[in-house]
Amino acid sequence: MITRRTALMGAAAGALLLATPALAGELNLPRERVTLVAPPFVHPHEQATRQTPKIVEFRLVIQEKEVVIDGEGTKLQAMTFNGSIPGPLMVVHEGDYVELTLVNPETNTMPHNIDFHSATGALGGGDLTLVSPGEQVILRWKATRTGVFVYHCAPGGPMIPWHVVSGMSGAVMVLPRDGLKDRAGKPLRYDRVYYIGENDFYIPRDAKGKFKSYASAGEAYGDMVEVMRKLVPTHVVFNGRVGALTGKNAMTANVGETVLIVHSQANRDSRPHMIGGHGDYVWETGKFSNPPETGLETWLIRGGSAGAALYTFRQPGVYAYVTHNLIEAVELGATAHFKVEGAWDDDLMTQVKAPEPITPGVQGMLDQPAIAPHRHP
Amino acid sequence: MLLALKIKAVAAAVVVAAPFATSTVVPGGRGQPAAAGISLPELVELAPGTFRHRAAGDYTRNGAPAAAPMVEVRIAQPLRVMQRQVSGGDYRRCVDAGACRAIDDDAADRPAVQVSWHDAAAYADWLSRETGMRFRLPSDEEWAYAAAERFSDDAPAQSERPSDPGSRALARYASETSRSGGLDGAPRPFGAFGANAHGLLDMAGNVWEWTSSCFRRSALDAGGRPSGATTVNCGVRVVEGAHRTYVTDFIRDARAGGCAAGTPPSNLGFRLVSDDEASTLAWRMRRLVGLRG
Repeated sequence: MITRRTALMGAAAGALLLATPALAGELNLPRERVTLVAPPFVHPHEQATRQTPKIVEFRLVIQEKEVVIDGEGTKLQAMTFNGSIPGPLMVVHEGDYVELTLVNPETNTMPHNIDFHSATGALGGGDLTLVSPGEQVILRWKATRTGVFVYHCAPGGPMIPWHVVSGMSGAVMVLPRDGLKDRAGKPLRYDRVYYIGENDFYIPRDAKGKFKSYASAGEAYGDMVEVMRKLVPTHVVFNGRVGALTGKNAMTANVGETVLIVHSQANRDSRPHMIGGHGDYVWETGKFSNPPETGLETWLIRGGSAGAALYTFRQPGVYAYVTHNLIEAVELGATAHFKVEGAWDDDLMTQVKAPEPITPGVQGMLDQPAIAPHRHP
Repeated sequence: MLLALKIKAVAAAVVVAAPFATSTVVPGGRGQPAAAGISLPELVELAPGTFRHRAAGDYTRNGAPAAAPMVEVRIAQPLRVMQRQVSGGDYRRCVDAGACRAIDDDAADRPAVQVSWHDAAAYADWLSRETGMRFRLPSDEEWAYAAAERFSDDAPAQSERPSDPGSRALARYASETSRSGGLDGAPRPFGAFGANAHGLLDMAGNVWEWTSSCFRRSALDAGGRPSGATTVNCGVRVVEGAHRTYVTDFIRDARAGGCAAGTPPSNLGFRLVSDDEASTLAWRMRRLVGLRG
């Protein structure tokens, strides 16, 4: 058995290189294979763990495919991790090792790789994971810092932003071994966790202003880069499509439940806001070694980062979770909904009287203009 | 319509004044009727031969990156190579014929640039149809054979600790940054970078050239010979010039780093080759007819 230590020493000594096996040195740690699930859902995991560090095995299969990104049928020649936009959230604990098998099936057309913001060295692993169609690669990195972090494809030069805005990003959550805590060190737990990946899309238009569609990503490339360079997205969406998290697909919770919302944006700033609710505990920069802010109305997700917000629903009803640039939320698509069941709390809010005709004379001042209307010359 | 095209093609072939050259000719020295004919660069014929060549692509040995092997390459047939790259003016005729995508600069005295591999392939197909002579992109090996002393052996930078990714990255970075000087900038008139030993112009100048070779990754056995495990990705083609690189086939401008790997070329252009002896003879015949007429 070659331990990590001897493998490293071998690398340093050089002379021992011939003894290095085809695969990098094995770690004598327990292994766990995790089956990933598509966002906004997250694979089962312990919030705090008594286990010793282990190797957590994940598998991402890259899929180039056409997707529809809005209700009008606008098409994107997308690039995806595991077929979803965003790619799935991977959860481990500090000190664990993430061992990723990245598969680029022969049915794809382009080389791809993965840059983990949570990993250390070799461009986040990007330098060691570039795979052509028909290849796979296995990368292992140690989760040395806690928080939520973006991962994305970064295959070099202009391929980098293009692959990212074509859908290739996701997130990793590295939990402290003893779980999340508030500023005073009191444990924080969640009943549900949702992962919301935000994407900005740049779809070219034809001369009449209609969105164009293309037979392949390569054919769309030139036109899309022109749109990208203007930095004005045509779509800003959660979970890959306008309305992906509304209506039948709205997220659910019950009054009294605490929900952890992980929000990532690999390319562009965003301002999450829960309309009608708040962020009870918010790791705005997403890193759990910093105390969470409390009682926030809106928080900022910096482009190229993920953040986490913990909220306990106190009222039933429908909540809109938006980016509070309302043009982006309403016109470009960045709106998700929570349907929350439970009993209404009149103390928190009451409609004292339903809308009715204005009662004359009660307020007085609005009955007659106090000052004659002023006419501008 | 088809008939008309055919007649036009024959007529074009007849008026092509550029002779089949077995030696280099100063470009522009033998002008061609620009309006009627297809302007073609001179062709330089290279005799068959054998040479040692640094294989293109990525290689692994024992699961770790390894240096590309030196291989013996045999060019079995005479290879006719365009003396210069395809010009903007040459390429424009293909655009006018509706067979190529338009590019910005169609100057006749400078190489066509901002062309993708698909653009170059479309031009080769069109030119073959128009002339009745089969033109194609050279393979990486053929380009190297033609480039002769201009070919740069991109032996991978040797890191002191090849199994150490950081050391490998630093060695590669050092080698890439050291080679990038002095070759940037706009395409220059043909001949600005001189001729090589075969009389081919501007080989390894500031316009890189598409080849037909696909990117491949191969495993080597302990003796450094290919062990058979190879993946081929034809979405990425080998691009040759002052250094070899690999570029995704639909990229037209690699200056911002369109390479799948390696330092970006300043410009992407191409020159074509032909190994079609029969077509060559036919072309010679047509030329004779043309001279008689």
